[in-house]
Amino acid sequence: MNIFCFGISHQTANVEVRERFAIPDSALTDSLTRLAQIRSVDESVLLSTCNRTEFYIVSPDSQLAVEPLFHDLYGPIETTESQHLFRLPAIPSIRHLFRVASGLESMVVGETEIFGQVKRAYEIAAKSGTTGRVLNRLFQKAFQVGKQVRSSTAITRGSVSVGSVAVDLAQQIFGNLAGSKIMILGAGETSERTARSFQSRGAKQLFVSNRSYDKAVALAEAMGGRAIRFDDWEQEFRDLDILVSSTAAPHAVVTRAKIEPILRTRRGRPLFIIDLAIPRDVEPTVHQLDDVYVYDLDSLRSIADRTLEARKKEMDACDSLIEKHVCDFEGWLNRVSERVISSAAIERPQT
Amino acid sequence: MSLSDRFWVELALVCYLLGFGYSVYSLATNRFLTPRITFLAICTGFLFTTIFLFDRGHAIGRCPITNRFEVLVFMTWSMVLIYLVIGSTYRLSLMGAFTAPVASALLVLAVSLSPEEETARKIKVNPWLEAHTSFSMVACGAFALACIAGIMYLIQEQQLKTRQPSSIFFRLPPITALSVANSRLLWLGFTLFTVGLATGFLIGQRIDWMQAAWSVAVWCVYGGILVARVRHAVAGKWIATLSIVAFSLLLSTFWGIRFISDRPSL
Repeated sequence: MNIFCFGISHQTANVEVRERFAIPDSALTDSLTRLAQIRSVDESVLLSTCNRTEFYIVSPDSQLAVEPLFHDLYGPIETTESQHLFRLPAIPSIRHLFRVASGLESMVVGETEIFGQVKRAYEIAAKSGTTGRVLNRLFQKAFQVGKQVRSSTAITRGSVSVGSVAVDLAQQIFGNLAGSKIMILGAGETSERTARSFQSRGAKQLFVSNRSYDKAVALAEAMGGRAIRFDDWEQEFRDLDILVSSTAAPHAVVTRAKIEPILRTRRGRPLFIIDLAIPRDVEPTVHQLDDVYVYDLDSLRSIADRTLEARKKEMDACDSLIEKHVCDFEGWLNRVSERVISSAAIERPQT
Repeated sequence: MSLSDRFWVELALVCYLLGFGYSVYSLATNRFLTPRITFLAICTGFLFTTIFLFDRGHAIGRCPITNRFEVLVFMTWSMVLIYLVIGSTYRLSLMGAFTAPVASALLVLAVSLSPEEETARKIKVNPWLEAHTSFSMVACGAFALACIAGIMYLIQEQQLKTRQPSSIFFRLPPITALSVANSRLLWLGFTLFTVGLATGFLIGQRIDWMQAAWSVAVWCVYGGILVARVRHAVAGKWIATLSIVAFSLLLSTFWGIRFISDRPSL
């Protein structure tokens, strides 16, 4: 029995090519059934996400050809497309799956979404009856490895997007965000995205202010918050904890002169200002005020970049951990293969 | 002082040093190791100091705060006791990483004292004197923890202001939680210190005015910090800084003042 992994990923192809080979969830069972009908395929699991479409196959044929399989599923494949396909033999396939499940092959190293996607792909295949002894064992092992890599290394630590970094910082200032008052200044897409990140971590009290009051109302309604007229936003500032500013104003909207008198009435409560606008909405000197923390796009991005760098440095530790499991699985696979060969040898004279 | 008696303090010191070492290793290698190990080390150290205080108290027939050695051990015990209570209340688990070095430092001071200082002395039991010293010591424990919360607050504040948060930033408690903990510990310490100070005047012995003046000065300093806090006269970072300065003052003066002899102190 031979394990193969072949397919396409963000490392081998651009988005146009990946789109061509992507298989929607609704079509996965059908594709697996078609694969199962091919004589040289004993077991199969199909993983299809926006960044990869990968086939994990167990075959009695040690020289399994990829092209006929792809032809069967996708129709004729052009040379320009086939050059993006990769094909891995047994041990690299095992290693690859373990790395995928651990988030090491992801576009954003260490992201955890892929673990759930691998799990779902396996469950669909198991339900379709296309997995057997080898892939069942391989995927169970992959889940174990994925969990271990996450828990015993720093590969998932920190945030790698501007929105998540902002929310992480807010939590390190205020703790639980459920009681924090958040104001969105400027009803643009960036503000909305950041506000949704805050909501996903429990923020409940949301105010939206925008030059166009109708836009503020629309966004406030969509997010379950309250709209405030642009001329009145400073009045709400006294009780505010977090300000997300992303207006299109050509000059600073939040100035030291405006903030300083209000701060005296805040009884020492910290104020976290996230300035996502270009040009910046907040005067840089506001950050020098006591208990006020201003983070602009550059500072948030720099934290996200450093996290990503730290994750990449952690990859060696992850790989050595994965390598142990690859060896374990290889040992198991060899034992099983030997048993299959010897039982076939015993059966042969009887037939 | 019996050999076994001192042995408990040395064992406690080893535990606190282990807890401290483990925290340093954890932070230096940037690995998220379980804070439970530090917590366990602190709990074990606390148990050993409790055994010492129980043994010593049993031997002299009174609260074991009759010399500087005992006072330092009692102060460490009080601080760790408050940490164990307050640490879980405010979920400031990493506070253990900061409590362990302070506890270690206090016990290193204790064990480095000359043997005469460690000798247990039988002093006639005076309940007011006992109340005075024990309240004052537990107050010192609370002030020590307020100082630790202040240090943690300043680390968080500095990281936020430089916009370069390191991994320790995300492992320390939120800055507002530290501010609340610092404030409550100051109030707790101040209340206990006030009771200790008041009972000091009821001992019925001749008052050592130098010690009394020092105690009142410490009371005024902490009172001033709390007034500033209540009136929001200064920013959080200054309250944190003052908590550290006040406790350093308390400790340094403590060394200069002749402690618990046959007279009321603190």
